Amino acid sequence: MSGYYELPLLILASSMVPGLIIFMLPEEAVRTRITLNMSGALLKVILVGIVIWGLSNGQQYETRLPFLPGLELVLKADALSILFITLSTVLWLVTTVYAISYLENSPNRSRFFGFFSLCVTATIGIALAGNLITFVLFYELLTLTTYPLIVHRGTEEARRAGRSYLIHTMIGGALLLLGTVWLYSLTGTLEFTHRGFVAGLLPGHDTSLIIIFALLIAGLGVKAALVPFHSWLPQAMVAPAPVSALLHAVAVVKAGAFGIARVVYDVYGIKFASELGVTLPLAILAAITIIYGSVRALFQDDLKRRLAFSTVSQVSYITLGIALAGPIATIGGLVHLVHQGIMKITLFFCAGNLSETLGIHKVSEMDGVGRRMPLTMAAFTLGAFGMMGAPPLAGFISKWYLGLGALDAGQDWVILVLAGSSLLNAMYFLPILHRAWFREPVQEWPATNYLWHRETAWALLLPPLFTALLSLILGLLASLPYSTLEWARFITSLEYSP
Amino acid sequence: MLIVLPLIGTLLCFLLPRQVKALGLMTALAIAAGAVALLWQLLEQGAMRYPVGGWGAPLGIDLYVDGLSLLMLLITVTVGLAVSIYANAAFKPEKAVYFWPLWLLLWTALNALFLSADLFNLYVTLELLGLSAVALVALAGGSAALGAAMRYLLVSLLGSMLYLLGLALLYHSFASVDIAILAQRMESTPAVWAAMVLMTAGLLLKTALFPLHFWLPPAHANAPAAVSALLSALVVKASFYILLRLWLEVFPLSHAAPGQFLGLLGAAAILWGGVQALRQTRLKMLIAYSTVSQLGYLFIAFPLATTMAWKGAMYLLLSHALAKSAMFLAAGNLLLFGGHDRISHLDRVAQRLPLTLAAFALAGVSIMGLPPSAGFVGKWLLLDTALRSGEWGWAVVMILGSLLAAAYVFKVIGYAFTQAEVTHEASEVSPTMEWTAFALALAAIVLGLLTHWPLALMDIGAPLAISLPALDSGAAA
Repeated sequence: MSGYYELPLLILASSMVPGLIIFMLPEEAVRTRITLNMSGALLKVILVGIVIWGLSNGQQYETRLPFLPGLELVLKADALSILFITLSTVLWLVTTVYAISYLENSPNRSRFFGFFSLCVTATIGIALAGNLITFVLFYELLTLTTYPLIVHRGTEEARRAGRSYLIHTMIGGALLLLGTVWLYSLTGTLEFTHRGFVAGLLPGHDTSLIIIFALLIAGLGVKAALVPFHSWLPQAMVAPAPVSALLHAVAVVKAGAFGIARVVYDVYGIKFASELGVTLPLAILAAITIIYGSVRALFQDDLKRRLAFSTVSQVSYITLGIALAGPIATIGGLVHLVHQGIMKITLFFCAGNLSETLGIHKVSEMDGVGRRMPLTMAAFTLGAFGMMGAPPLAGFISKWYLGLGALDAGQDWVILVLAGSSLLNAMYFLPILHRAWFREPVQEWPATNYLWHRETAWALLLPPLFTALLSLILGLLASLPYSTLEWARFITSLEYSP
Repeated sequence: MLIVLPLIGTLLCFLLPRQVKALGLMTALAIAAGAVALLWQLLEQGAMRYPVGGWGAPLGIDLYVDGLSLLMLLITVTVGLAVSIYANAAFKPEKAVYFWPLWLLLWTALNALFLSADLFNLYVTLELLGLSAVALVALAGGSAALGAAMRYLLVSLLGSMLYLLGLALLYHSFASVDIAILAQRMESTPAVWAAMVLMTAGLLLKTALFPLHFWLPPAHANAPAAVSALLSALVVKASFYILLRLWLEVFPLSHAAPGQFLGLLGAAAILWGGVQALRQTRLKMLIAYSTVSQLGYLFIAFPLATTMAWKGAMYLLLSHALAKSAMFLAAGNLLLFGGHDRISHLDRVAQRLPLTLAAFALAGVSIMGLPPSAGFVGKWLLLDTALRSGEWGWAVVMILGSLLAAAYVFKVIGYAFTQAEVTHEASEVSPTMEWTAFALALAAIVLGLLTHWPLALMDIGAPLAISLPALDSGAAA
């Protein structure tokens, strides 16, 4: 098998280089900036397409650069990273379109899009990382590049949110680093391997390994918003809507969940991890997070905060699926990694549209908004039903496999958690939908006149419609080749087959 | 050559005050060329001894180059060049007349110090270094700066005196001051132990290790930005370099207990400096306390005492030199821009002075030890060593130090984004000053990616190899 050396680097560069150039552009260079952004995003989609095609034909893509004595920076495209990369690349393209229109006429756009591109670079780096040290590197880079996006508005509230974000993620990063160094000092390698690398190397270090596992998961759990570490996420809502969308669907939260998948599958190996007895506590933690997030979401009037708590809850489905340690649950968790991203980004786009076009920030102001913005609210409705897990939407696939997986792994209590969470989801989403579609509007909405459609600017409208449609398609056509479900099955077969 | 050049420059600057800026810059470039030539020679031939005037070691003065001294020379050149360019943009002609001769004298002292092969020569250079540094602090004028300079002078003299006392004891016992010869004749007698304690104490005072750091924050914070950068990046490192040489080559006796002690002081410095930095309301004071904290990391290598730990400490030293000088230069820009350095009144500098803030932030990344930066590499090496030898405490202290660093760096960056209640009239900052700060910060990041050759350079002449054979390199020549 011949390896393609440069391609992973090119994928990184396709967003990093435009990002760095954008920093140097003057504020007025709108056209150049848009061209750079869009060509970077499109190029990345093409490159990722090539990689997927190559991988399914047995090609290997790997880049190795010398870094520390005995350690290399490794970028490697494998099945699991492809899942995450495809998600980030497609959603980055969509979000870029959205963000360009959303931030029209607001100050400091060069800085914003510069960090925006770097943020995606870091996410892609996380996805491509072939060993734990590379992962840590991009993980910290993600922390740093997200910070300026969160405080972008420059208000006192934004500064506080940024501080809270940093306190959480820095401590998380420190724990992750400590775990990584410790693991390295024990094993002398950090290379991700199918079914883990620690099991064969270390007889009789079980206690150390359990503590290391706890350190790594705590470090990753901060970004994945697992329960004791989740409070930064709702605060980070002060950021502009495209940032929230990206944060929740792709970048930060997902990076944490993806990291947990990496640690469980490729560092410890699922079999060894469940022998150590670390997966059950993780599953319980995830279950608590699911319920807690949903309950908190019930009581939020601010739309974006409600969505934020919903994210806290939904991302833990992924962790739950991984921690249940059975093949079917794994499929559920991995599929949800993609599906949650697509559905949640739809919801955030819609929330952004409401606030940008009509100035609506609160659920209680949403009476009758469906008449004024039917397409936006239609997309929102699809996203919300997906979150509740209604067939035939993408969210149903995840929940179905999670439920089956729980039974298969003999963890029947999980069914209760899933049912409870779906009920709670319905309780906080249905009132929104009811208000939007069935109540009389309290006030006249300001009429706006856009060229293409009177609802809102087309660049704000197309992204949520596209992602909503995508979530429908992924649900309907789940069994076709190259669908997320099939891809997740493939990854699972790598991990579980004898 | 490297010693004579800046000395000539100093004299010329004294004699021709009108052309001082051009002369100074030319000297700086010449030194840089000389250092690169020496690097090339070192890579060809390995560690070298050079007897000045043709007299051999027991009688004459020897100069000695190995990977360690060359790295110190190179970092001096890098920081020195950037600061020189910055200073030419920052200082008005009447200040530049004083700055250049003093700075070149300081550079002479630094180069001579890194090249010296005997302890008495080191004493001379140390004294020269101290005096020129004090004069540079006083350059800012004003009562605060003069007071700080006075305190610095006393501390510096006390430190040199302790060192000289120890040196006298050694000379009395072994009749030589040459490092290689001393290393061969070394034995464990009370006089040697007394000498070791005295010299170490003197050097610790100059390196400002906790609790002997009290003089550093005022001196570094009140000096002009270019000077603060030099002091924090290079001057405190020089005395650390001597200490390192002493411990590795002259006193390679069993020193587990003293090493532990230094490590404990280092740990205390990391935490104390970090907490103090977090409490500061003035930007330059914050950066100065951050130096106290970061110097502590260098001493964590003493209790670990493996080659990898020494390399980690050296890497941190390099990264701190680059990052801290960048930070001080950036702070200088902010000070000039707003006319003040109160952190909470930074007033949207993220928008208005983005390049300077980027320099500060990148330097901050290295100070926090986040990847990819030189600071991360150093901390990784130290952490790895600590955990391999099961020394948990050091690892935890280092992690806590990084968190504190993150806290104080982001405290500044956070306020840079918001609008202050009190706005100040903004004055122009020249692009040269912004770019030099940025270049240094970028260098700290790049050094974190190109780890191969600095680490390989540290092996030339094996200055960091542990155990007694540290003598080999010297004895061979």
